[in-house]
Amino acid sequence: MRPSLWRFSILTSIALAGAVALTACGTAAPTGTSPIGSPTPGQQTPGATVGGTITVYSGRSEELVGPLLERFRDETGVTVQVRYGDTAELAVLLTEEGAASHADVYFAQDGGALGAVAQAGLLANLPASILERVPAAFRSPAGEWVGISGRARVVAYDTSDLGAADLPQSIDELTDEQWRGRIGWAPTNGSFQAFVTALRLMRGDDGARAWLQAMLANEPVRYDGNSQIVQAIADGEIDLGLVNHYYALRQIAEQGEGFPVRNHFLAADDPGSLINIAGAGMLASSDNPAAAQRLIEWLLGEGAQAYFAQSTFEYPLVEGVNGPPQVPPLAELQHPDIDLSDLSDLEGTLDLLREVGVLE
Amino acid sequence: MSLRALSRPTATSLRMWRASGPPMGLLLPALAVAALAALPLVYLVVRALGVDASALGLVLRPRTLEIVLASAALGVGVAIGSIALGLPLAWLTARTDLPGRRLWTILTVVPLAVPSYVMAFAFVAALGPRGAASELLVSIGLPALPSIYGFGGAVLVITLATYPYVLLGTRAALMRFDPAIEEAGRALGDRPMRVFRRLTLPLLVPAIAAGALLAVLYALADFGAVAIMQFDSFARAIYIQYRSSFDRSLAALLALLLVAITFVVAWLEWRVRRRAATITQAPRRPPPPVRLGRWRWPALAFCSVVVMLGLVVPAGTVLFWLARGLGQGEPLRILPDAAGGSLVAGSLAALVAVLMALPVALIAVRHTGRLQAWIERILYSAFAMPGIVVALAVVVFILNVVPFLYQSLAVLIVAYAVRFLPQAIGPLRTSLTQVSPRVVEAARTLGDSPAGAFRGVTLPLLRPGLMAGLALVFLTTVKELPVTLLLSPIGFDTLATAIWGAAREGFYARAAAPAAMLMLLAGVSVGLLFRSERTPA
Repeated sequence: MRPSLWRFSILTSIALAGAVALTACGTAAPTGTSPIGSPTPGQQTPGATVGGTITVYSGRSEELVGPLLERFRDETGVTVQVRYGDTAELAVLLTEEGAASHADVYFAQDGGALGAVAQAGLLANLPASILERVPAAFRSPAGEWVGISGRARVVAYDTSDLGAADLPQSIDELTDEQWRGRIGWAPTNGSFQAFVTALRLMRGDDGARAWLQAMLANEPVRYDGNSQIVQAIADGEIDLGLVNHYYALRQIAEQGEGFPVRNHFLAADDPGSLINIAGAGMLASSDNPAAAQRLIEWLLGEGAQAYFAQSTFEYPLVEGVNGPPQVPPLAELQHPDIDLSDLSDLEGTLDLLREVGVLE
Repeated sequence: MSLRALSRPTATSLRMWRASGPPMGLLLPALAVAALAALPLVYLVVRALGVDASALGLVLRPRTLEIVLASAALGVGVAIGSIALGLPLAWLTARTDLPGRRLWTILTVVPLAVPSYVMAFAFVAALGPRGAASELLVSIGLPALPSIYGFGGAVLVITLATYPYVLLGTRAALMRFDPAIEEAGRALGDRPMRVFRRLTLPLLVPAIAAGALLAVLYALADFGAVAIMQFDSFARAIYIQYRSSFDRSLAALLALLLVAITFVVAWLEWRVRRRAATITQAPRRPPPPVRLGRWRWPALAFCSVVVMLGLVVPAGTVLFWLARGLGQGEPLRILPDAAGGSLVAGSLAALVAVLMALPVALIAVRHTGRLQAWIERILYSAFAMPGIVVALAVVVFILNVVPFLYQSLAVLIVAYAVRFLPQAIGPLRTSLTQVSPRVVEAARTLGDSPAGAFRGVTLPLLRPGLMAGLALVFLTTVKELPVTLLLSPIGFDTLATAIWGAAREGFYARAAAPAAMLMLLAGVSVGLLFRSERTPA
């Protein structure tokens, strides 16, 4: 039996090797990706003609930024290759890849992930000309990343059950008996956690703990994410939800004006009216830093900023570009005066959420 | 009539075969496959060593035990559910004169390709507190359905995503079932039900256990469906750790705990399999179909209910999203690139996984022993890990060993194969137990070359197992997400990434087209795969 098995295993190995070789050949042709050799950062002088290819790791969905990145390619001639994924998973991927990463730009859904990648020493400093396009509150003070678009925390509500007069003015009213079991929240969601960090900064850990405990006692319903909360409000499972402002706007665009959910902005300086950002940073290991910087600069140009307002219903961060028509302008939102980089103490927030029992 | 009497000569012959130990020509490829599959495990150990002492407290909390127990309960529920659906379906489609057998096979297998979070979304929409069904019940004056959220909903949704494991594996076993065994039982005066219980069922135990094991491991690793059903499972805790704190060490430690649970489950299955009766008797002819008579109607009703839940609910929800979006002026988006990507990824992964599984399955059946049992357990561990762990392990390995292959299609396919190997091994093993070594020996005695004997005798008998393995790996690869996102070549889209990209932003209408295409692709592929299959006339 032995010779036969030898032959069988040799045949199997050949077939395996063949399959692998075949798939390896198949890669190069359709995608045009060629392995990147030894990165040579710093060879390009800033201001030289921008061109070539850059790779973007995008934690923002293709649905949101795909058309925009294609426009950049058309306008500048820079070939953009995009890996779409989950913001946090891409942050972990970047940390595992280290200097070997193929990525030139990291486009993240939130500042916390950018902060984590910066803390691992993987992001290069951006020039002041790029950083200063957005207000200081929406960028990293060390200059490693910059906000591209903003989203407001709001209370979404069921228009078939509630009128404007019934709505709470502050997160503290949410702990009232009348809202027992009627509020949805998403404790595993990054935007929610950023809000809790803001709450800790404004009221201290004790104040934040007190609010979380009072909320828990009011039996909020836990959901996996913002869009599920908005859907649950529309379905009538709950009446209020702590979410980002654009989910209801997108559902209205998809389902029509009859969609029974609207946004309610909390009172000025309430921790519940925090502005979160989506932002970008350039990898220190980039082999085409000139083009990488060009992309970030372009995303802060008027055309791209207007795209966010019109197509994704987000707030442009560059002054002079109008926000989406359905929401109050960014300048009017008296959001709490918090340095977004202070929101990077996510670990402390997670500890608190676990301690109180909001997270397991 | 006892099984032992029937199987005695074969068992003796098997013992003689096994006594020789696995030949190097099989053991080396099997060990190579096991080494690949051990990568995620090695990665986890290395990462977990980096955990700081303060974080240990987080793992050793009573709460951890609670979620471990919750996951265990989920596993038991899904095992029972998947056998309850998969076993009758397998028997009906493989052994009876049920009208439309092939169509039922295809329709009942397709749910495996539906991403479990899509399935969960659909069930919330259909059976949720304010879903379509409850609204209907309330409107005619009946009480609404009990809440879909929580344990019951999670078991329901994951059962529907996993019963095809039991179905396909058991079906493959039934296709090569020797009718002489049942005929002998009947000739000795046993009633049909007793024949099934005393003879057929015990011989199906290995196939059922292998399928149920896959279902349980899937349940342990799933995080999408449990999150939507608001059920706290262990895999979900691991994902939350990765996603919300970028902490690789702590997540790795939690994942190692999950691997330990996997070993326990795989050991249980191994014990069941080892004790089960096996008959390695090549059937001389295909078994004649069982005539259902008036039992045809309840059988058809059962199939309809399963298809209703597993296929009509998700497909209906998806088409509803699509229609609603089109009504609001959303364009209908056909994604040929993503469909092509899914097709390429699924078929290559299926081929590679089956090739890798063959040597492992061969030594598992012909040369059982401790080493072989551990090879199998290691393979199963990769299947029960959250996908992101497998992806990160491959990232680290490739970057350090063959960096020029990083994020190439070849690596992606091998990563899929590593992740989904057990799905190919289960059915192959089942089919191999039905191939008597004596038949192969007879062919050799009659002058066949070893390869000729494999081609002429083993392969045809192996066919149902091969088909089932290919189908299982293909269907799970087309819905795979975490490995695809991190390891695919840039610009390589699949239908699963298209669905996820849209659905996670709340663009349900835009997610609908690729979701519908995925179900169509799955149905057509399974149809093609089983087209050539001989079913009882």
